Amino acid sequence: MHPIRKKRLTIVLFLLAGVSVAVALTTYALRQNINLFYDPSQIAQGEAPVDVRIRAGGMVEEGSVLRDPESLKVEFKVTDFTSSVLVEYTGILPDLFAEGQGVVAMGRMDGNGRFVADQVLAKHDENYMPPEVNEALEKAAGKRASMPGVQDEAAASY
Amino acid sequence: MWQIFHKLGSPKWFFGIASTLMPWLLWVGLALMVAGIGWGLAFAPQDYLQGNSYRIIFIHVPSAFLAQSVYMMMAVAGLVTLVWRMKLADVFVKAVAPVGAVLTFLALFTGAVWGKPTWGTWWIWDARLTSMLILLFLYFGVIALGAAISDEKSSARAVAVLVLVGVVNIPIIKYSVEWWNTLHQPATFKLTEKPSMPAEMWVPLLLSVLGLYLIFGWLTCLRMQTEILVREGRTRWVKELVQAGGN
Repeated sequence: MHPIRKKRLTIVLFLLAGVSVAVALTTYALRQNINLFYDPSQIAQGEAPVDVRIRAGGMVEEGSVLRDPESLKVEFKVTDFTSSVLVEYTGILPDLFAEGQGVVAMGRMDGNGRFVADQVLAKHDENYMPPEVNEALEKAAGKRASMPGVQDEAAASY
Repeated sequence: MWQIFHKLGSPKWFFGIASTLMPWLLWVGLALMVAGIGWGLAFAPQDYLQGNSYRIIFIHVPSAFLAQSVYMMMAVAGLVTLVWRMKLADVFVKAVAPVGAVLTFLALFTGAVWGKPTWGTWWIWDARLTSMLILLFLYFGVIALGAAISDEKSSARAVAVLVLVGVVNIPIIKYSVEWWNTLHQPATFKLTEKPSMPAEMWVPLLLSVLGLYLIFGWLTCLRMQTEILVREGRTRWVKELVQAGGN
């Protein structure tokens, strides 16, 4: 390669490396702000500020959804399978909201470790399948173990 | 090898090659697109959770995919402009930047339309959506900077530097869903693993991605030819070409 071109190539590569390092450092420093939500473990460890609007995200725990029959109030637990946090929300939930599905809730922590949400968004995962496949999967899972009554009991206690 | 590389830089040579390629790119691309999108919209099975609304991926994924890959191509062309001072590389950047901007906009728009019923919101400032918006602004910046400088050589260099600086955004878009907590789901397709989607969904998706690539290729050839004619208007071969075609 021609020496002048080699020199230009080196300069361009240095420029790219410099910009990459700058951006990496900036995003690393801002990672707390770039993360869209706190997961339940972070909240349990007290990393999330109290009484400041934050987002909490994770899976809706199976059998934890309690609906108030009189109003639109819903309570459910959001879990990351290590810790979970109780979320309280009044309003209409998105169509994809279901037990075992991901959600991101916006709101604030009250003093008692409850998360009072004013917006709940459903988080979709990367898996797609036709309904028949899902039915077959659920059937197979249902045969293995089912605990009837747990859900009904929880619903009745509200 | 270097000879082929330098020949590639000749506008006249490129003009001829592009003319032969264009009908192939257009018709094969259109056939693939129609097959992929038609299959995806009408015949692919529903999703167990989202029902029919997931079908927007047959437009969203190809445009988002291409929006990033067009930027990568622009970055390579930018490098060629800076190091080898090849005019054709600049022609390429100027020709594809508006196409990339349209694709990025399409990806953002279809994503918003899908996000409303699925997530419950049109827009959220998560890392994936924000970095994609930055990509749109980068495209706008490239277009504006190129148009603002009238001297061909300085315009080419300035645009190339901007394109190369902006390329750091591409890995951020790609890995945003892994590095940070986002509302956007992680990639369904990975190079090393089987897609988390049945074949009757990903085959039409793949067809529409390939189709869009080819149509992009056709559009690029067309736009580059136009740009070459404008720039090389004074040369003999262009004059001869215009005379032969014009009368």
